[in-house]
Amino acid sequence: MSAAIDVHEMTRRFGNFTAVDAITFDVQRGEVFGFLGANGAGKTTAIKMLIGLLAPTSGRASVAGFDVATNAESVRRHIGYMSQRFSLYEDLTVRENITLYGGIYGLTDDEIRERGKALIGGLHLERAAGARVASLPLGWKQKLAFSVALLHRPAVVFLDEPTGGVDPITRRQFWEIIYDAAEGGTTILVTTHYLDEAEYCDRISIMVDGRIAAMGTPSEVKGRFGAASLDDVFTELVRPQAVAVAQHA
Amino acid sequence: MSAQPLVVDAVTKRFDATVALDQVSFDMRPAELFGLVGPDGAGKTTLFRILTTLLVPDSGSATVLGLDVVKDLWAIRARVGYMPGRFSLYPDLSVEENLRFFASVFGTSIDEGREMIEPIYNQLEPFKDRRAGALSGGMKQKLALCCALVHRPDILFLDEPTTGVDAVSRREFWDLLDTFKASGLSILVSTAYMDEATRCDRVALMQQGHVLAVDRPSVIAARYPHPLLAVHATERHALLRILRSYPHVASVYPFGDKLHYSDSRTDPGVDAIAAEVRSFLATQNVSGVRVEPIAPNIEDAFMELMGAPEKLIQAAA
Repeated sequence: MSAAIDVHEMTRRFGNFTAVDAITFDVQRGEVFGFLGANGAGKTTAIKMLIGLLAPTSGRASVAGFDVATNAESVRRHIGYMSQRFSLYEDLTVRENITLYGGIYGLTDDEIRERGKALIGGLHLERAAGARVASLPLGWKQKLAFSVALLHRPAVVFLDEPTGGVDPITRRQFWEIIYDAAEGGTTILVTTHYLDEAEYCDRISIMVDGRIAAMGTPSEVKGRFGAASLDDVFTELVRPQAVAVAQHA
Repeated sequence: MSAQPLVVDAVTKRFDATVALDQVSFDMRPAELFGLVGPDGAGKTTLFRILTTLLVPDSGSATVLGLDVVKDLWAIRARVGYMPGRFSLYPDLSVEENLRFFASVFGTSIDEGREMIEPIYNQLEPFKDRRAGALSGGMKQKLALCCALVHRPDILFLDEPTTGVDAVSRREFWDLLDTFKASGLSILVSTAYMDEATRCDRVALMQQGHVLAVDRPSVIAARYPHPLLAVHATERHALLRILRSYPHVASVYPFGDKLHYSDSRTDPGVDAIAAEVRSFLATQNVSGVRVEPIAPNIEDAFMELMGAPEKLIQAAA
């Protein structure tokens, strides 16, 4: 069986600026893959191509077995997506959001009822099911948004900074539901600026100026750079001059 | 007149049924770098809006540079620098035009403010003709900081300046703040990143409108009430489940490549507890185990102070 995400020499140019420069990687089914990089390194452009919103200039990529350039429609039907900016309808209740998204994803009424009940139970949201989403703390909104993104049982889920601004306990609970989804066979690609969270991934890549500068399990990556933490690796890749100066100082 | 740059006294603010700020009190010392640390929804932005005279508190009072935030709003506005959380510059104006505009609103010029903004403006100058909307995220942030400083304020308010910013750029931004602090500026800065608390002289930890603690970060961390261990194992997820089943557990949380285990007892001493946990794990078929006593950090302390989030959801529902 092919990888859940299979990317080969994927490139995107805007005019004469190369935002994503021939990146190659794959993510296996059930893997949690951390997609890291500095601001402006090309992560967002790469994700837009992987979810079928932007065509690669050259190279190819498939997600859930579908080519992102020639079969973007099928890609979008087999993925889930959530970000800090895009999540749920604030003026609808928890239950109404589930019904709405279930309908958009083409679930039957029975499926929506069944999966909605399981979702609410799994998040211990029984008491808040009739509350407007706007009234929930951010961390709960994000956990709910993630569960809703899984409602149609997508093969691959893209999480773009899902824990930004979330309190430290809820942030950790969020990672537990990521693990649960991955154990169930869902493939996860996640971006984060918290380097402690990068340690929770099975494998990570670090993008610098449109290229993948490092990739592997967190301990492989640290080992290769002889670094004690991913923070040190990240600093060395993103600001090589600063590290050189500090070492000579 | 008070020498204190900021005094917040029992400030409360409600929006309909939501209590955004509940009896919030703290104060700042001159040239202090003071952090409001907490997740989204803690009330940080509401507090900034009150301190910059854009909102009026329901009850309680606050003074900025000795001036009352309700009575003396015009005097306050001329003397504070404010960088809101959302990008608030004119995207169609160039870097230089934005800066000139903000300077002229305060009746000054870029040249008069030059010394204050020098450390950042040097980095921006090569792009001075570029439209602000076309700058990278990091450069936008630096321009916004310049615009907040160009009129040489006596106190600087920064609302989540590093949200969505990568780890290296965040560190560089805090280095800049150290420079401004050294020049005598008082700075109130908010953040949801716990690690940034340690860059502040003192912090107020906030959660859902409440102040959980106010002190130096090291003092708050040292008040953590439980013996704490860092536990490492090859299979971290399995380790998490096993440690949570240990009879004396108070909490277990992942921290990077380790777990932090806190024990509900205080009498055996942390080394004895570490030895016990080691022998417990030896009976549980976990490989690659390392257990060592550690000093709690500010994030351990925050999680202990905020308590169970389940309580919060019930309050919201």
